[in-house]
Amino acid sequence: MEVKIKSMKHEDFKDNEYIDNLVEQLRAGGTNIIVGKLDQLMNWGVSNSLWPLCFGTSCCAIEFMCLGAARYDMARYGFEVARNSPRQADYIMCQGTINYRMAPALKRLYEQMAEPKYVIACGSCTVSGGPFKNSYCVVKGVDEIIPVDVYLPGCPPRPEAFFYALMQLQRKIKVQKYFGGVNRKEKLELKYDGQALQEETK
Amino acid sequence: MFDFGIVTKWLDDLLNSVMPGWLTTTIECVLVAVGLLVAYSLIAMFYIFYERKVCGWIQCRLGPMRVGKWGLLQVFADVIKILQKELITLWNTDKFLFKLAPYLVLIASMLTFACLPWGKGLQIVDMNIGVFFIVAVSSIGVLGILLAGWASNSKYTLIGAMRSGAQMISYELSCGISILTIVCLAGTMSITGIVEAQADGWFLFKGHLPAILAFIIYMIAANAENNRGPFDLPEAEHELTAGYHTEYSGIHFGFFYLAEYLNLFIVSGIATLLFLGGWMPLHIPGWEGFNNVMDYIPSVVWFLGKAFFITFIFFWIRWSFPRVRIDQMLALEWRYLMPIGLVNLVVMAIIVTQGWYFGA
Amino acid sequence: MAEIENKITQLCPQAQVDTTGEFPLVTVDDAQWHDLARALKTQMHYDVLSAVVGMDWTEALGCVYYLTNTSTHELLHVKVATTDRQNPRLHSVVDLWPVANFQEREVYDFFGIVFIGHPDMRRMFLRTDWVGYPLRKDYDPASNPLRLEDETNEDYTCRWVEDENGKVKKIDGKVFEDDEYVINVGPQHPSTHGVMRYRASLDGEIVKKIDVVSGYIHRGIEKICEDLTYPQMLLYTERMDYMAAHINRHCMCMCVEKALGIEVPHRAELIRLMMDELMRLSSHLLSYGCLTMDQGATTAFFYGFRERELIYDIFDRTCGARMSMSYSCIGGVVADVHEDFIKDVRHACDVIEKNLAEYHKLFTGNVIAVNRMTGVGLLSKQDAIDYDITGPSGRASGWHCDVRKTNPYSLYNEFDFDEVVYENGDSMDRYMVRMKEMEQCIKILRQACDKLEAEGVQGEYCAPKVPKVMKLPVGHWYQQVEASRGAFGVYIESDGGTKPVRVHFQSPCFNLIGVVDLTCRDNMIADLITITASLDFVIPDIDR
Repeated sequence: MEVKIKSMKHEDFKDNEYIDNLVEQLRAGGTNIIVGKLDQLMNWGVSNSLWPLCFGTSCCAIEFMCLGAARYDMARYGFEVARNSPRQADYIMCQGTINYRMAPALKRLYEQMAEPKYVIACGSCTVSGGPFKNSYCVVKGVDEIIPVDVYLPGCPPRPEAFFYALMQLQRKIKVQKYFGGVNRKEKLELKYDGQALQEETK
Repeated sequence: MFDFGIVTKWLDDLLNSVMPGWLTTTIECVLVAVGLLVAYSLIAMFYIFYERKVCGWIQCRLGPMRVGKWGLLQVFADVIKILQKELITLWNTDKFLFKLAPYLVLIASMLTFACLPWGKGLQIVDMNIGVFFIVAVSSIGVLGILLAGWASNSKYTLIGAMRSGAQMISYELSCGISILTIVCLAGTMSITGIVEAQADGWFLFKGHLPAILAFIIYMIAANAENNRGPFDLPEAEHELTAGYHTEYSGIHFGFFYLAEYLNLFIVSGIATLLFLGGWMPLHIPGWEGFNNVMDYIPSVVWFLGKAFFITFIFFWIRWSFPRVRIDQMLALEWRYLMPIGLVNLVVMAIIVTQGWYFGA
Repeated sequence: MAEIENKITQLCPQAQVDTTGEFPLVTVDDAQWHDLARALKTQMHYDVLSAVVGMDWTEALGCVYYLTNTSTHELLHVKVATTDRQNPRLHSVVDLWPVANFQEREVYDFFGIVFIGHPDMRRMFLRTDWVGYPLRKDYDPASNPLRLEDETNEDYTCRWVEDENGKVKKIDGKVFEDDEYVINVGPQHPSTHGVMRYRASLDGEIVKKIDVVSGYIHRGIEKICEDLTYPQMLLYTERMDYMAAHINRHCMCMCVEKALGIEVPHRAELIRLMMDELMRLSSHLLSYGCLTMDQGATTAFFYGFRERELIYDIFDRTCGARMSMSYSCIGGVVADVHEDFIKDVRHACDVIEKNLAEYHKLFTGNVIAVNRMTGVGLLSKQDAIDYDITGPSGRASGWHCDVRKTNPYSLYNEFDFDEVVYENGDSMDRYMVRMKEMEQCIKILRQACDKLEAEGVQGEYCAPKVPKVMKLPVGHWYQQVEASRGAFGVYIESDGGTKPVRVHFQSPCFNLIGVVDLTCRDNMIADLITITASLDFVIPDIDR
């Protein structure tokens, strides 16, 4: 199955391999038709109504404002309902450097959000620490604190790049499984993966 | 003009002829409830879409475009999203009240919604104190908001709730007084009666200056009662993050969200009924041909069209005006709107007793 | 200069005055420092404490104080040091210049120097459980790993007091009383413009006291710069006040050029100046947008951003980036402007000038806006000078503090423009200063367009002889410019190598947080938002 995004061709995206693998993995065991359709409906809803949490620490936040403003207008995608309360937001777009003082606050914000929740690491500071990697108090990438779904490099990224990241997130959401639909074979695989992961970390 | 009463009467007779009376009543109640719920959710969803498009237009943007044609399916996506969102329960809160609050807000708006006559004969109950009932039930909503703010056990929500308490109770007065002015002119509290009385001219045009003044006061007070900008202090995004509903997630937040938009429809609807002739078509004395054409447009369309127009004005105000401060807001009500409204009521009473209004 | 030297030696015979540098340098012992400071302020009109630079000279710890004379706009710097590395102590000057409150706290945070007589000696930027002092040369970064547990609130202040025998004693105090209703605003809050945090004590809706907690975006830029060469450092100047990215970079370039004695071509300086003004324009448009949005007028925000895109287009075409342009370099600019540059700038000027009238119609005259801003958040001229509030916020209080006028740099001497000064010092005036300043920006840009046109399409955009390896001579340099939010200063101390010993950025927004408590006290919560929006600070500029 191919993940479709309106007016973007499959080959316009860069890391198709990753998404294709993901789809293959998820669909390996086959899906019940009813459950599958329900899943699709859910994913269609979630992917088209991503409300961001206003969370900007530095320059990237200004470009994010430009994204909402007239020229780029993320309202076209239905993403403009920026919520200030983490309880009502769907994804956290981490814009700007996170330092040691901010890290617990960011973690808490993430935990305050309601499931399903997603994270976009936006700007090189959040991806890896960026130019501040050598600092004594900067977190070297937010993935040390919270799980990240999409990485968006740039210092700061252009609004077009923001859209690209958001569409990538939509693609990821569109292959999600809500109602399970996992058959026994796949469950075993997952279990095995989990064990392997544990062994690796050991 | 087509009377929907014929349809409902025919249905009633049909059911009565094949089954006992109690069953008829039950079936009718269920039908009404289902119709009401569907209309409620559709109107609320339409309003969310409407606001997003209008505010996009005001701000030189496009608004939702990509989900469905012209973004028509955007709100459906939002609804699906919000339905499956996790409901977060908090520690150290009054869980019962916390969960009760959104339903209270919803029930209040639904009760008020049920009273609106949509067209000629298209109405659930025509109470002889219809206006009074509307004013009474619509004020249950403030209880829900107060409970939401209190039960969340957070300082922001509490400030939001206290603000909304002060605000909604204050503006209830102005709202009531301006409605009373029109009741005075119409001489009845029945909503159908008020609408029928406007057959030969809408009250806005009929009642001289007092009616226009009452209309302006009503618009300001209704805006404030709805917690919409420039009176959106209880939510005041930039002061209190999200005000009284800061801690609500998922569909509980969705209820507040829906109720807010539906309340907007309700106040626009009431303004339509009281000042713009409800479902009455636009008639200009002397233009017979024009009036006949107007009569062909169904009454439902008239009602909705007028309500949407009033809502458009609300949107326009909301997106252009800065927010007032709490003390300024209370001063506006108690120092200006209420005294003016009271004097206005007296003037209206004099006009009515002397028969000075048009079409007397 | 000789006059100043004489006067200072009269006031304090122990002080050594060195007049060989750009500004007079006074070296004084800690014992005489406070008396000298009082004399400098009361008798010689050094009313403004521009910067306090904490220093670690390995053998000694200390501070360099930059003082500005309000009548002549001359700078003077004073060096005070202590050799005690275990318990370094200096005397505080908070009682003379209130701005020193946060400045000295910053020095304490970075160097561990305790200021005797300072009312509130807490950490400023770093976590409360931070170990060590990061800007000291012997600091070990491994001592502070990433900790994910929440830090505790610092509810206790402490102050060191000296009795008449010279014995220093520590006294604890409380930030808030037990029965106060304290709400927490930030760090993630929609109208703190970033990650600022206030703890506000409320009485109903009225704010009684505000405790500013900063440091949620502190990135240690000053320390990072110590490991970099001079051209590499330029990058970081743009990441502080990103709304004045080019202006900050310009300042840093000028400081290094001054030290190396590089002559910048006229054309390069003109291009830089135009970029500065465009940046200022875009910054003021943003502050208009944010101020209106914080008060709930969302549409005005979108209008402000609509015009900013025009300016971004010019940046984009000139150097390929929209915000952090990296356009200035030491010796000039990286590349010449493109052929349509002048046309684009003129077009942007025309459009923005036309739309400014619309902004006023939409927001300025609105009765709610007038009521919300007039008389709210008063800052007197004296307070503005005491707290060193420069830029539009200072000029709204009636203080003539525009560096472009007082100490003209670059080519500002050649331009005809007015310094916008208002008298009342309330939020309305701060807003109006910005609106009027945009008109002045346009005026400057139009003149600059004419000048650039006269120079032809292409020209010399960078100095021909810029050394590949830059080694600044031993000594220290200081350069101030007028950034979009006030006077921005760069301090560089060099030991003759390719890397600096110490770099300090004096940021305009840092001083602004000093007056948040002062201006917001006894106003309402809603006013807190208005006032902070009208002060218009950029948080990374505060925290650096």
